[in-house]
Amino acid sequence: MQCTVSHSKMSAFADGELDALASQELRQHLAHCPDCAKAFEQLLDLRAAVSRHGLRHTAPAALQQRLRQALQEEGKAAKEVPQRRKWAQLPWAWINFGVAGISTAAFAVTLTLYLSVPSEAERLDQEIVASHFRSLLPDRLADVASSDQHTVKPWFSGKLDFSPPVVDLAQAGFPLVGGRLDYIRQRPVAALAYRRHQHVLNLYVWPEQAKGDAPPRLSVKQGYHLIRWSRSGMEYRLISDLNVPELMDFERRFAAQIDQDALP
Amino acid sequence: MALPHLDSAYNLARWLTRNDQDAQDLVQTAFLRAYRFMDGYHGDGDGARAWLLTIVRNTYYTSLRDSRPQHDDIGFDEEMHGHDGDGCGMAPEDILARSDVRQAINRGLEALPQPFREVLVLKELDDLSYKEIADIVGIPIGTVMSRLARGRKLLLLYLKQHTDEK
Repeated sequence: MQCTVSHSKMSAFADGELDALASQELRQHLAHCPDCAKAFEQLLDLRAAVSRHGLRHTAPAALQQRLRQALQEEGKAAKEVPQRRKWAQLPWAWINFGVAGISTAAFAVTLTLYLSVPSEAERLDQEIVASHFRSLLPDRLADVASSDQHTVKPWFSGKLDFSPPVVDLAQAGFPLVGGRLDYIRQRPVAALAYRRHQHVLNLYVWPEQAKGDAPPRLSVKQGYHLIRWSRSGMEYRLISDLNVPELMDFERRFAAQIDQDALP
Repeated sequence: MALPHLDSAYNLARWLTRNDQDAQDLVQTAFLRAYRFMDGYHGDGDGARAWLLTIVRNTYYTSLRDSRPQHDDIGFDEEMHGHDGDGCGMAPEDILARSDVRQAINRGLEALPQPFREVLVLKELDDLSYKEIADIVGIPIGTVMSRLARGRKLLLLYLKQHTDEK
C-alpha cells in the first residue's frame, strides 16, 4: 500500500468505518511504515483530544424554557388551525363538480317526473278506458237494459242533474243496448251502451258549459279508439274497439239524430 | 414535556453559527419545524437525534442562503484525492500534551471551514456514524470520509502552527 493511500484511509480506519479488507491492508502497511504509524498515532491522539477537549455546548436553561413555551403555543395553534385547515384543504373543485352534478341530476329527475305526470286530458282518457273496460265485465254494461230510447232517457231522471241525449241508431246498425250511471272526473255521468255487430260502444255524456263546441278528435288508448267532442254544452266520449270509420259514422249519425230530435 | 437531544441540537447549532444567540434562535426554529413534521417521522431514539440534527443543519443553511450570500463554499473534496506532499513523515510533535490544548483545539475547530467543522463536530462530539453524518449533511459516505480526513489534517496543521508560535 502506498503512503498516500494509507493517509487517505487511516482517518476512516481510526473511526472504525473502514471495511475489513482495507482495514487489513492498512494494518499491514502501518506495521511496516514507521512514518505512517507515527502519523496514525498522531491522528488517534488528535481524535482523543478533540473528543475530550472539544466543547460540547450545552443548551442554556433559558433556551430550554423558551422552547417549551414556543412549542406549547405551537401546540395550541396546531389545535386551532386544523379546523380552519380542514375546510381549506377540502377539494373544492371536486365538491363544486359534485354539487353541480347533483343539481343537474335533481333537475333531470324533476323534469322527468313533471313530464311523466299525465295531463288533465290524459287522465280523463285513462278514466274512460278504465270505465269502458269495467262495463265489459259480465252484467255491467247496462243498468237499464233497453233498446228503447224512451225507456233509457227517463231512467236517468232523478239520477243525474242533467238530461243526456239518448238516440236510437238501430236502423243505422248501432242498436242501443241500454244505459247506466258512471262516475267520471269526480261526477256522475251518463253512459250509453251501443252495439255494432259484436263490438260494444260506450258513449259517455256530461255537461260542460264552459267549453264551446269542438269537432271530434281521435286518440288511441290501450288498443281502444277514443273519440271526443263537445256540442251544445255537452261533453262526449265515445270509446270502442270498433274501427275508426264506423265510429266516425256513429258520431255523425248521433249528432244528426240529436239535431233532428231538437227540431220543433 | 421532554426536549430530547436538545443539547446535541444546540451544540451543532452553536458550532455552526459560532455564537450563542444565533444558535438559540436556530434551535428554536429547528424544534418548531421538527414539531410540525413530527407526524412524518417514524424512527427510534438514535434516528430521532440524527433527524433532528438534519433539521438543525438544514435550517441553518436555509437561513444562511436567505440572509446572505454563501461564502463557505469550498472545493476541498476533490483536492483531497490528490496527496498534498506531506507524506508519511509528519513531524512527531507532542502538541496534544500541552496545557493550552483545549483552547487550541476549540479555536482550531472554529477556524476550520464550515464543511469540515460540521463533520468533525458530528463525528467527534456527537459520535455519529459516517452513515448518519452522510444523511444529516446530505453527502455520500465517501465524502464524509474524505472531509473528516481532510478536516483532521487541517486541524492538526493549525495546532502545529499555533503551538509552534508559542
